Amino acid sequence: MTQTDMTKLDKIFNNNPQSPGSLITVLQDIQREFRYLPREALEKTAEILNVPLSKVYSASTFYAVFSLKPRGEKIVRVCKGTACHIKGADIILEQLESGLGIKAGETTKDLKYTIELVNCVGACALAPVMLVNEKYYGNVRCDRVMKLVEKD
Amino acid sequence: MRIDSIDKLAAWRDECRKRLDSQKKKVLVCLGPGCLAGGSDKILEEFHEILSKKKITDVTLEAVKKTGCHGFCAQGPLVIIEPEGIFYTKVKKAHVKEIIETTLEKGELVEKLLYKERNGDGTDHAIVDYHDIPFYKYQKRISLRNVGQIDPDRITDYIAAGGYSALAKTLSSMTPQEVIDQITKSGLRGRGGGGFPTGRKWATCAKIESDIRYVLCNGDEGDPGAFMDRCIMEGDPHSILEGMIICAYAVGSREGYIYVREEYPLAVINLQNAIDSAREHGFLGENIMGTDLCYDIKIARGGGAFVCGESSALMKSVAGEVGEPRAKYVRSVVKGLHDKPTVLNNVETFATIPVIINEGADWFASIGTEKSTGTKAFSLAGKVKNTGLVEVPMGVTLRKIIFDIGGGALKDRKFKAVQTGGPSGGCLPEDKLDLPVDFDTLTKAGSMMGSGGMIVMDDRTCMVAVARYFLGVLVKESCGKCVPCREGLYQLHKLCTKITKGKATEDDLNLMENLSRVISVASLCGLGQSGPNPFVSTLRYFRDEYMAHIRDKKCPAGVCRELITFNINDQCTGCLACIAACPVEAITGEKKKLHVINQDLCTKCGSCYEVCNFDAVDIK
Ligand SMILES: Cc1cc2nc3c(=O)[nH]c(=O)nc-3n(C[C@H](O)[C@H](O)[C@H](O)COP(=O)(O)O)c2cc1C
Ligand code: FES
Ligand code: FES
Repeated sequence: MTQTDMTKLDKIFNNNPQSPGSLITVLQDIQREFRYLPREALEKTAEILNVPLSKVYSASTFYAVFSLKPRGEKIVRVCKGTACHIKGADIILEQLESGLGIKAGETTKDLKYTIELVNCVGACALAPVMLVNEKYYGNVRCDRVMKLVEKD
Repeated sequence: MRIDSIDKLAAWRDECRKRLDSQKKKVLVCLGPGCLAGGSDKILEEFHEILSKKKITDVTLEAVKKTGCHGFCAQGPLVIIEPEGIFYTKVKKAHVKEIIETTLEKGELVEKLLYKERNGDGTDHAIVDYHDIPFYKYQKRISLRNVGQIDPDRITDYIAAGGYSALAKTLSSMTPQEVIDQITKSGLRGRGGGGFPTGRKWATCAKIESDIRYVLCNGDEGDPGAFMDRCIMEGDPHSILEGMIICAYAVGSREGYIYVREEYPLAVINLQNAIDSAREHGFLGENIMGTDLCYDIKIARGGGAFVCGESSALMKSVAGEVGEPRAKYVRSVVKGLHDKPTVLNNVETFATIPVIINEGADWFASIGTEKSTGTKAFSLAGKVKNTGLVEVPMGVTLRKIIFDIGGGALKDRKFKAVQTGGPSGGCLPEDKLDLPVDFDTLTKAGSMMGSGGMIVMDDRTCMVAVARYFLGVLVKESCGKCVPCREGLYQLHKLCTKITKGKATEDDLNLMENLSRVISVASLCGLGQSGPNPFVSTLRYFRDEYMAHIRDKKCPAGVCRELITFNINDQCTGCLACIAACPVEAITGEKKKLHVINQDLCTKCGSCYEVCNFDAVDIK
């Protein structure tokens, strides 16, 4: 980790009570700042919050929002909620996986794209739904998936 | 203004109402999740952009505002003009200028944006006022009363709508015991899925000797097909806070949390804004409304784990640990967060409380059925025309919700089943559509009302694949602490997959039934105990479909890919649509000539079937 990364990390620790109870919040803040949980950050968290590293690891792998690997610039999220599922989310995902050459949860080697799955995003009327970073795409057709992903 | 005495609230409310009443016309732009996905934030910006340059009588900038989900998401993005209730559907940024010039300036309607209801003979007629649209007409809104009506970021909107008057009534004229009695008498049962009587929960908590008690709100909304709680948190956050504060007064709590899943960032923002402004105006913190009551609320963000919606897991997660449930020899109302007595209620439950206090327990109990009083919100989705947020009195039939409000199956296909209760619930077939929707009836029929997800399925939905989908969700979400759930659901999912591939035998099905029983009785928490439900209920009502997969190696719905082939029949007009839609270029053919699918390339995605307007694609 670079010096600026360390400063960012210190800021997160200073914004939260430095006790075991803050573990999840601190991890969420780190994830938000770095887009994943770097190993050194986890070690530092264990030390500062006074929690065994094993527990930090356990929490980092239990909750779906945490990632232990760096994520891509563009996070492509496919909704796997019930409504989207019955309207063919599987096929959207398949197109995406073959188009980008990675599986859900993985990141391309050039750190450009990550595929993630989410539950219902509340836009069921537009199912199947896909998000590229924060932008929603509704009624996605499987032949259009890659065009949407590669747009701008 | 800080409300440091109960009397001050009435004066402030008058002021807020006067201010709203002075706005002759109001423009409400829906910024609920559905409309937002359709770009409604840009619509709101456009209104502000144009109106900041152009003065129109009767329309102030302040009167153009955002709201939470108005309900009819299928017609979104929505723009509503009050007081007439003019309902503009599928609005685009480009329409804004026209709405301003035609409706706001001239007082005329933009015909093309009006909602069109289908007549019996296939023609349409336009409906101007949304109250007259069947989707809204049959609803009764209690927990959703303000969602879609007020700007969630303006506490003044909530106050004008009667907000915090229930709290004022509680603090000025009721003892804590009287509050508990009212809630008990109202018959309110928890809206999070369990249906536990809320009054009894509060009474138990209040009775236990303890220096500290907690009041928590469950905003985890783990059902992967539901968004009611989200819409309340985003669209009317103060109603949740008011319910929680009343509860804190009743049970004697000073501290509470709202547990919101990380995937709902806007809910977190809107709740935090609401908490801050409630505190600033004297509804939270020390000496609430100038009384002795002290109570404050913090937001705890969840990490996206279904099991964290379970009470004991949720409390562990709030305490900063891994959210594994514990065996409940002692209930969490006795020993909850940090081992202290804790009331945990669902978002919708809390949002209902102020109305019960204001209108009275008898009024609430007169709505719904004897054992399930009041109303229930549902998120209606799937293969149904009118997707959206719906709130109805308990006891109405599934048919009323799906057909009268929901408009029936999409594209007028054949209705097949309705799934309620999410991964813990089940699927009910057509002949159960006349069952009244309440806690006990749906459970008896092998499903459950659940927290409010309601997914409609048509003849193109494979019930085995649906069971497999939910089992897959549960396998992923099982915390892994107990064996029956961790290993049992895993095996159940594996066997279900085997069926969808046409490789299973009848012995496998028997094994699945036995396994389901073991998982149900031996699992530690509700996730495992109800985990086999999606399988058990689909088998109960759709055994034929399972047998078709097992004996005939066929998927009647045409979904399970190992068991189907796509072919083009002679209805084909040669329109090229399927060729353009095929993602793998498996279809060849020329204009006005019969097209052909290359079976070696076909991935059976069904795109050609979806785009064909001539019923020329056969699935066998
Ligand atoms: C696996 C599991 C998941 C649950 N998920 C939720 C949820 O997402 N939201 C919720 O309000 N209740 C959920 N519950 C129910 C809660 O445990 C609890 O009963 C409820 O929050 C109590 O509030 P209520 O009485 O107002 O419904 C879940 C229960 C189980 C077993
Ligand atoms: S299920 Fe995908 S948006 Fe609701
Ligand atoms: S999000 Fe606008 S109507 Fe539901």
